Amino acid sequence: MSAEVRSAAESCGPLVLEAVAIHRDYKLGRGRKAPVLSAVRNVSFGLYRRGVVALVGESGSGKSTVARLLAGQERLTSGEVRLDGEVVHLHHRRTFRKYKRDVQMVFQDPFASLNSVHTVRYHIERPVRIQRGTKGHAAVDAEVARLLREVELTPPEQYLTKYPHELSGGQRQRVAIARALAANPRVLLADEPISMLDVSIRLDILSLLNGLRERLELAMLYITHDIASARYVADETLVMYAGEIVELGPSEDVTQQPAHPYTQLLVASAPDPDALDSRLRIGSKVLAGQAGSALSSVVGCRFSPRCPFADDHCRREVPPAVRIAELRAAACWHLDLAAPHLLRGDASGPNGPAVATDSSTSAD
Amino acid sequence: MRRAAVEVEGEQVSAPVPPVSPVPGSGASQPVLDISGLSISYRTRTGEVKAVVGVDLALWPGEIVGLAGESGSGKSTLVYGACRLLRPPAVITAGSVTYRGRRVSSGGISLLNQSRAQLRTLRWREIAIVFQSAMNALNPVLRVEEQLFDVMDAHLSMGREEQRERAASLLDLVGIARDRLRSYPHELSGGMRQRVMIAMALAVDPEVVIMDEPTTALDVVVQREILSQIVELKERLGFSILFITHDLSLLLEIADRIAIMYAGQLMEVGSAERIYRSPAHPYTRGLLNSFPSLHGPRRELAGIPGSPPDLRSLPPGCPFVPRCSFAVDACRQIDMRLAPIEEARDPSHVSACPFVLPEGQVPSPAVSEVGRR
Repeated sequence: MSAEVRSAAESCGPLVLEAVAIHRDYKLGRGRKAPVLSAVRNVSFGLYRRGVVALVGESGSGKSTVARLLAGQERLTSGEVRLDGEVVHLHHRRTFRKYKRDVQMVFQDPFASLNSVHTVRYHIERPVRIQRGTKGHAAVDAEVARLLREVELTPPEQYLTKYPHELSGGQRQRVAIARALAANPRVLLADEPISMLDVSIRLDILSLLNGLRERLELAMLYITHDIASARYVADETLVMYAGEIVELGPSEDVTQQPAHPYTQLLVASAPDPDALDSRLRIGSKVLAGQAGSALSSVVGCRFSPRCPFADDHCRREVPPAVRIAELRAAACWHLDLAAPHLLRGDASGPNGPAVATDSSTSAD
Repeated sequence: MRRAAVEVEGEQVSAPVPPVSPVPGSGASQPVLDISGLSISYRTRTGEVKAVVGVDLALWPGEIVGLAGESGSGKSTLVYGACRLLRPPAVITAGSVTYRGRRVSSGGISLLNQSRAQLRTLRWREIAIVFQSAMNALNPVLRVEEQLFDVMDAHLSMGREEQRERAASLLDLVGIARDRLRSYPHELSGGMRQRVMIAMALAVDPEVVIMDEPTTALDVVVQREILSQIVELKERLGFSILFITHDLSLLLEIADRIAIMYAGQLMEVGSAERIYRSPAHPYTRGLLNSFPSLHGPRRELAGIPGSPPDLRSLPPGCPFVPRCSFAVDACRQIDMRLAPIEEARDPSHVSACPFVLPEGQVPSPAVSEVGRR
């Protein structure tokens, strides 16, 4: 997406990490004629100190691939990653090692991301020694204890000797977060950090991440399929579909007045107890259809097969990003049909408050 | 599976709640599945884990009952125990489970007294289960149609042609193209696998379908599609659903009644409407406050502090006390039993918390008289 729109997270602090037109292709099969899947196409965004950017999309939309590209676990097909304005060559071992100190990742599944044969101490001690170069038992122990306290696993002594299977899902995720913090990073890439956890635990982890972002002045990428949680934690929300960002803007605006038909579908699909009267049984009709295809052979708008507004134009040409407001853009040919009130700059859209032009309405 | 020992251990089992009034409009006078005073323990070397304690739960014909609770609350143990699907060290220590389907004699069948052979005829034919992880529940080396034929072979006498026709129409039912019959599970997307699981569960026309987190692995759009399909199929085919999940926001939308489970006990049971609009138990309120809402004004999210209790050493009284912000000393002594909150208004809305929680207000810890409303 390349409309000239400023990021809603920009007001949080200086730019730290930037993805510039990153692109990742996977070849499916062998030979020159093998189909190519563009898991990430031309994605650009920035992460700002103390700011949270949410990347929202369905499974297979490429949101995790974005995180893996930024973490250096996948190679870019094209595009750049910039840290503090400088291009990082992620496949150079030495630069990568340095980069890892600044950019750390928290994974989705705390059952799989921790090694079941090692204790909590081992998981946190290693990055403290390796990434931070802390030496001496006393110094390392103090640092490990401090990190455990940072993620609210107190008293630390109680957790140090535990193995992952002795911890609950929420505690495991806290250990994974402590491990990420051990390198003293400036950027945290959180890939669905709460989706494997119990509903009652999720909030705790979210508020922990939020507290860390403020205390440690972290720039954070929050990846999720749950757009409601993006509303609560992120300053800016990017909506991804079939490898592309189709809408971006301040979280509150994107969730309350979605512009792109896909965002509208996402918002409509989220469980909403406040709408008890229009419960499923009464027959709310949802757009059926397959997940978006990211095959590079697809022409036109990738959402067009599922889109109620699609016409021949949509099926022929990829829509450009259209600026909707100072901080908002969406890639759709038919915003006039999908979100007419937004284009008119109508202060009182059908869904409530006006489109805010600053990020003061988003999460803090 | 070995036969679970059924022994009644008396006292600690709470008195059964008076039967809940039938769902309006169902016209039925008896529940199709009636769980009463069920207690299940895991007897391990480190002690007895009371996973389910004296649970009463009824499923009326045509109804969707949601069972919500955190991991480890005993919701799966309860349902699998009721269907006799647990192996030792799980032991059913008390209670009864009665199944009253249209195809069985009017007195109903006590599931806990059935022999293995009898259970085999009941399972799937009468009570089918849609398991959580479709990838693990489907056989990866068999085509979809072969797995569907297996079910029909076991329960219906049909020729292969007839079976093939039925398998195809089952796929129609769940919205999958017929040519997918020849596919292997790995060739299907997550949502399609879950639909195949649903088609398999419905293959021999069961009266009760148990759904154990059928949509947790799926993203919201697919989840909603599948849920609306489930509701539609239920309306069309007339089965009853027991829906297990930790996601209360989902249940509020699809369930008729919701049972909230914590530490092996039911904390609150009521219509979806009542649970949402006037939750009585502090735990229910905590659950309702812990998911971010997408629509409406941003509200303060609170969550539930602390973590689920250790079932090996449950304190007496209410198990939620350590995490409850309204707990008073008396809570540690109360007799956990479900009682109507407002008898006159809705006798089917029951809660285990003896403190009155008027709508929208916090409960008053000053209430000194315990156990009375």
